[in-house]
Amino acid sequence: MKRVIVTFFFLTLSLFPFSSFQFESDELLLDDEEFGLEGAPPRFPEPASIPAARSSRKRHSDSDSDSKIQFSLEHAFGDSDFSPAGTFSARLKTWNHGGQTLTKLRFSRNGFTDEEKEKFKKLLQGDDFYRIRLPSNVLSPPGRDYIISSVKARCLPRDGLDEHFVIHTEGVNILAVNYGSPGSCPYPRQLKLPVKWSFNSHTVLKNSEQAPRAPIFTEEVPGGDNGEGEVVQPPERSFWAKYWMYLIPLGLIVMNAITQAMNMPEEQATGQPATQGQPATGVQRGPSAAVRRR
Amino acid sequence: MATAVRLLVLFLLFLSSPNPILSLYEDQVGLMDWHQQYIGKVRHAVFHTQKTGRKRVVVYTEENVLASLDLRHGEIFWRRVLGTNDAIDGIDIALGKYVITLSSGGSILRAWNLPNGQMVWESSLQGPKHSKALLSVEKGSKSKKYNIVIVLSRGCLHAVSSIDGEVLWKKDFDAQSLEIQQVIQLPGSDFLYVVGFSGSSLFEVYQINAKNGEMLKHEIASFSGDFSGELSLVSSEMLVALDATGSSLITISFHSEQISFQQAYISHLVEGFSGPAMMLPSPVTGIFAVKINTVTVFIEVTDKGKLEVLDKTEQPTVISDALSFSETQQAFALVQHEGNKIHFIVKLADNWGSNLLKETIELDQQRGLVHKVFIHNYIRTDRSHGFRALVVMEDHSLLLLQQGAVVWSREDGLASIVDVTTSELPVYKEGALVAKVEHNLFEWLKGHWLKLKGTLMLASPEDVAAIQRIRLKSSEKSKMTRDHNGFRKFLIVLTRGGKLFALHTGDGQIVWSVLLHSLRYSDRCQHPMGVNLYQWQVPHHRAMDENPSVLIVGRCGQRSDAQGVISFVDTYTGRELRSFGLVHSIAQVIPLPFTDSTEQCLHLIIDADKHAHLYPKTPEAVGIFQSELSKVYWYSVEADNGIIRGYGLKSGCVGKEAGEDCFDTRELWSVVFPSESEKIIATVTRKPNEVVHTQAKVVADQDVMYKYLSKNLLFVATVAPKASGEIGSATLEESWLIVYLIDTVTGRILHRMSHHGSHGPVHAVFSENWVVYHYFNLRAHRYEMSVIEIYDQSRAENKDVWKLVLGKHNLTLPISLYSRAEAMTKSQSYFITHSVKTMAVTLTAKGITSKQLLIGTIGDQVLALDKRFLDPRRTVNPSQAEREEGIIPLTDTLPIIPQSYITHALKVEGLREIVIVPAKLESTTLVFAHGVDLFFTRLAPSKTYDSLTEDFSYALLLLTIVALVAAIFVTWVLSERKDLQEKWR
Repeated sequence: MKRVIVTFFFLTLSLFPFSSFQFESDELLLDDEEFGLEGAPPRFPEPASIPAARSSRKRHSDSDSDSKIQFSLEHAFGDSDFSPAGTFSARLKTWNHGGQTLTKLRFSRNGFTDEEKEKFKKLLQGDDFYRIRLPSNVLSPPGRDYIISSVKARCLPRDGLDEHFVIHTEGVNILAVNYGSPGSCPYPRQLKLPVKWSFNSHTVLKNSEQAPRAPIFTEEVPGGDNGEGEVVQPPERSFWAKYWMYLIPLGLIVMNAITQAMNMPEEQATGQPATQGQPATGVQRGPSAAVRRR
Repeated sequence: MATAVRLLVLFLLFLSSPNPILSLYEDQVGLMDWHQQYIGKVRHAVFHTQKTGRKRVVVYTEENVLASLDLRHGEIFWRRVLGTNDAIDGIDIALGKYVITLSSGGSILRAWNLPNGQMVWESSLQGPKHSKALLSVEKGSKSKKYNIVIVLSRGCLHAVSSIDGEVLWKKDFDAQSLEIQQVIQLPGSDFLYVVGFSGSSLFEVYQINAKNGEMLKHEIASFSGDFSGELSLVSSEMLVALDATGSSLITISFHSEQISFQQAYISHLVEGFSGPAMMLPSPVTGIFAVKINTVTVFIEVTDKGKLEVLDKTEQPTVISDALSFSETQQAFALVQHEGNKIHFIVKLADNWGSNLLKETIELDQQRGLVHKVFIHNYIRTDRSHGFRALVVMEDHSLLLLQQGAVVWSREDGLASIVDVTTSELPVYKEGALVAKVEHNLFEWLKGHWLKLKGTLMLASPEDVAAIQRIRLKSSEKSKMTRDHNGFRKFLIVLTRGGKLFALHTGDGQIVWSVLLHSLRYSDRCQHPMGVNLYQWQVPHHRAMDENPSVLIVGRCGQRSDAQGVISFVDTYTGRELRSFGLVHSIAQVIPLPFTDSTEQCLHLIIDADKHAHLYPKTPEAVGIFQSELSKVYWYSVEADNGIIRGYGLKSGCVGKEAGEDCFDTRELWSVVFPSESEKIIATVTRKPNEVVHTQAKVVADQDVMYKYLSKNLLFVATVAPKASGEIGSATLEESWLIVYLIDTVTGRILHRMSHHGSHGPVHAVFSENWVVYHYFNLRAHRYEMSVIEIYDQSRAENKDVWKLVLGKHNLTLPISLYSRAEAMTKSQSYFITHSVKTMAVTLTAKGITSKQLLIGTIGDQVLALDKRFLDPRRTVNPSQAEREEGIIPLTDTLPIIPQSYITHALKVEGLREIVIVPAKLESTTLVFAHGVDLFFTRLAPSKTYDSLTEDFSYALLLLTIVALVAAIFVTWVLSERKDLQEKWR
């Protein structure tokens, strides 16, 4: 048991920097932009996962129909009421066919006030939930209802406070937000206070993927070509692969025959000089007698 | 050695052959499956009076079944199941050979051939508005010219020829805001009277020529008060109506030149009257009945329109329609309860004072009250008139009463099963209820001798028949004790009638049945309905002394905030242990995986205010639950609202004077689907009792993939709101289907995928790490089935053997859902020719056996489809390694193999659900399909690799062994003798 804990400890230690390093990769950027709305014109790949600190960076605007919008993130400690915690800003792109999509999501997080720090510490001690919420519609917040997500507070602290948002959108609607730590949060959660009280936020926008279509074959494909292919295939196998089960016994028989053939001259050789040794002849005589009896 | 390897390879190939044969041989039908036919609660019955149909009755039921029953035995002659949205409104017999039915809110009129139930004609009647649907067939006149069926449907009066269904004339009442109540056809006249209300206080009468639909007269009269809408014809020229307050009766005479009203207050007629009255259909001319609370009052109408009370009774009473049994005489029947007896009384229409017949019958208490009675007459052997009655009971059963006895009974409550669970049978012990099955040695030997003959093909046809009989009657399967393989179980079913049945899986017999007291009508609970069944107590440690029990959850009304009712029933005896109406509502019941010291399962009941109540309400249970409180999460799907919310629990209820067993909830996450583009149509989770044997999947090239096995995954399917109707209601561009895999603890969406141009309805099953769902593809104009398999990437590095050996893997670490999920999904879609009513997946005890999907087809059969056909890794040309793994080359359509229908030649009419129960034997699973019919069978998806087949001849094996041993001895003796002779030579 002790050993398991120790290995687990090493494992987690080794995983932490690794996983956070892995997170910087642009793998997630593809996730976002790869799948657009159906019928939407192809879009330029646009990184959506941007660390909040770099939000001031300038980018050229794509088209005139873009408009900038903002919506706020609110948080709650345990069962407390929600209070503003940060602002998301994004570009709202309006397509020719009337659809609207969010791109270029940026996030600026408000730092914790002292009071909030105390509250957060209390959450850490009680292993309680840190809850956030977003409007379900970015144009007319809060939309039908707020999107709530929560995480055990002990999952967030690393060196600072690491958080990770995956926002699932459909046009201007937000369906859900996956909120949590960017890496793992192994169970028994240890009480650990953050060294720095600053947030390290990662955000990803996600749209719906397109399902693969059912394969459509023409009539000939499965019956004709495939069938022929299967017929052609067997010669590819080597002679050995095909007939090994016959060859091995054959080989054994041949070997057997050879050893017997080797023995025969030996017998004759030993049989003639009978004076060489009594035991040898005794041995030889036994089987030969048996053979005779049969 | 080589041959051994070859044999092994052959054997493995045999096991993994792509199309495992599931079919039965003809002589195996009925060995381990049974099929029962029902019709449902009878709504109306029509007796046939002419000679050929004398012993038949035609009924239609709440399950939309039209059936012809044998009056002597209660068997079904024929049966037609109409669709669920094709409810029958009226039924009658025309021309003495056709059964006429009016269905679908009066828009479809059909004629069925009386002897065999074949449809003769069908005509659809159109009308502008929705209205009461009435059907009347002219009777009594012998002349052939009256073969017209008068139908009121959709605000129009139609006259339809009963010969070919042609509409002869049509009279439209659509212009008026008239609500037609009755169409009166007086015997021997050519006139029809159509009476109804217009608004709340106008009474209208139309006189119409029945031959051509010509309107002869139209009169309107205004009444000073309001009508309630209930109307009853008491004589050829007089109607009785009830006013809107239900406190006074209005007699209307409409034949004379002027319509005249006469109002009479019920309080004047009946002493101590309180509360609104209800009109019961008038049994005979001049008499009608009014129900006031529990009291039934019979009132006579005299010629001058005066009302007189004939009789009143406190006992629950049911009245039949009038029956004219001779040229001049009319009779009707009354059924009255008294204790556990019922009185069946037949009275002449014109003589209230005396009874033509009075019989007292003792009935089973578990059948409840009489709901309906239909009377029929016959000629006795002494040429006098006899009467029998068809009685519909509270538990939906149907009885035939004759000569003071129950001639036959049908348990038609089983046609409307609400929920099913299973219970183990008692362990064998002295004095337990064990059916007497052991027979003597001679019979046993004889049976085996016959079997042996059968195996050696020596049996004569008579012997074969005898063998088949022995096999079918095998008393082994219907024993009342637990068996080693777990094939014998009780199926505990809850019906809509509020009755609980225990069916034996061996032969489908009803072991016990109980009409649940808590699910019966009472003043506190006006519309009780059973909702669900749960295992309450499953004794393992004290299985010999304690009986298992089930929890029945019900509600007083359709709404989820209605008051809840719960009840506990012992599954061995069928005794209702205790029951109580709850103070809170029941929105959701969550069985928890904890048990207390008496092995009662803990259940959490969530009420409409989102408070959680723990059952059983004991301090011990609360103690167990408190320690696990932080790990308990639950979620709710608000399908109408398009929101899924997840909750956690807190101890103690705020602002409520509740005990420790009440817990507050708090919202932890929510998923809000945009209402303008998505609508939830299906949600599916894994079965809580599912066992997964391995968490890794070895794919070709010796690679390992770890399954994402979380019990907390929810599959959600949403469609475009426009496409939520029937197929064809939305165009290709307007319809889409989006599927989600949502973690119900954290609310994270693990997978989201859209199918454009796809349409509901969606049927789905979720098992292990995969979901299979069925929908319609508008682009291809075909049904499609898709599979999603989800794999865990966070454990993907545990492939190294050295890591496993040195313990450097994270497989034994507790998994926290708060870690970032690294899930990988694979999916694929296939066409399927069938539309689906319901879907299920096989479950086995250890989860080793491969899975099969059970598809309830639109033809009410159950089709078994191997899961390997729905593998997302199928490719057009699988490599050799993939082939060895069992991957089938890709095809666009799923194959339908006729032999894989597990219902073989049978139909489970009105199929609603397929219930899967694992047996103790790993290879086998028990399948119970129910709808209007019941069907049960055993299924072995990978064949019974862990047991010998049932028809294995042990006698032959024994005989062979004995013969071999004898041969060994004989040859030994012979060789000894030969040896000796050799030596003497």
